Amino acid sequence: MIGLGHYLTVAAILFVTGIFGIFINRKNVIIILMSVELMLLAVNINLVAFSAYLGDLVGQVFTLFVLTVAAAEAAIGLAILVCFFRNRGTIAVEDVNVMKG
Amino acid sequence: MAFAAVAFYFFAIVAVVSGALVVFARNPVHSVLWLILAFFAAAGLFVLLGAEFVAMLMLIVYVGAVAVLFLFVVMMLDVDFAALKAGMAQYLPVGLLIGLVLLVQLGFAFGAWEISDEALSLRAAVTPPPDQVENTAALGMLVYTRYVFLFQMAGLILLVAMIGAIVLTLRKRVHVKRQDVLGQMYRDPKTAVTLVDIKPGQGA
Repeated sequence: MIGLGHYLTVAAILFVTGIFGIFINRKNVIIILMSVELMLLAVNINLVAFSAYLGDLVGQVFTLFVLTVAAAEAAIGLAILVCFFRNRGTIAVEDVNVMKG
Repeated sequence: MAFAAVAFYFFAIVAVVSGALVVFARNPVHSVLWLILAFFAAAGLFVLLGAEFVAMLMLIVYVGAVAVLFLFVVMMLDVDFAALKAGMAQYLPVGLLIGLVLLVQLGFAFGAWEISDEALSLRAAVTPPPDQVENTAALGMLVYTRYVFLFQMAGLILLVAMIGAIVLTLRKRVHVKRQDVLGQMYRDPKTAVTLVDIKPGQGA
């Protein structure tokens, strides 16, 4: 019998994988953005699992909004990345210091 | 019931493995493809949970838009990805440590936690039985009534993101010849053609 705990475990592992990805790919912005997407996916799994097991539909409504924000974040992040690549010719995180005072 | 368990473990293992491969893949293109597989597996989990609409949304929005956007950018940027991978071994121990600590914390939190008795009475919108109102219809009735303001806000966020992305990536090219529509429309036959009387043998 699959319970709420099983889904929460999957979501927890995915979330930690996302954080881990940010740590080990510290130079590559694209992988970092993908890791953030992975973490948001884990959050969505949590929300939908609670929504299903509690019988409350609001969790799925909130998933909708998380999805919206994730899509907007990816679009803006990649646009900034393309803009940055045009100006500097690299996407390494440590080179992002144009605006430092 | 056994089928549901098998399906759950299948989707869960696929999601976790492909999530790990997103992080570890050497080639970012492979990373994006593993990310797409993770989204598919998560959509399968959503279907198992009875949230069909969110599952479809996952496929359409994430796989259809976000992942393709990632793929597009990864392929468009001419970056030496091998050089970016260089410091990976250096950060591996601290990353593993923090990941492990976080996982243990989450394990503690989920292990000691249980649903309170009042939780059922605190539900904001009780899910109607699936044999009477299907998931998509129930979600629609909720989103378009009680959460219509938030729904509009979500649309506004997407609009702002769209405009922002266009503004950030639009650039004026200097040495490109373009069609000048206004100039063409304001052309006058009287000024456009001039007749010059050249004597034979004197033309330049």
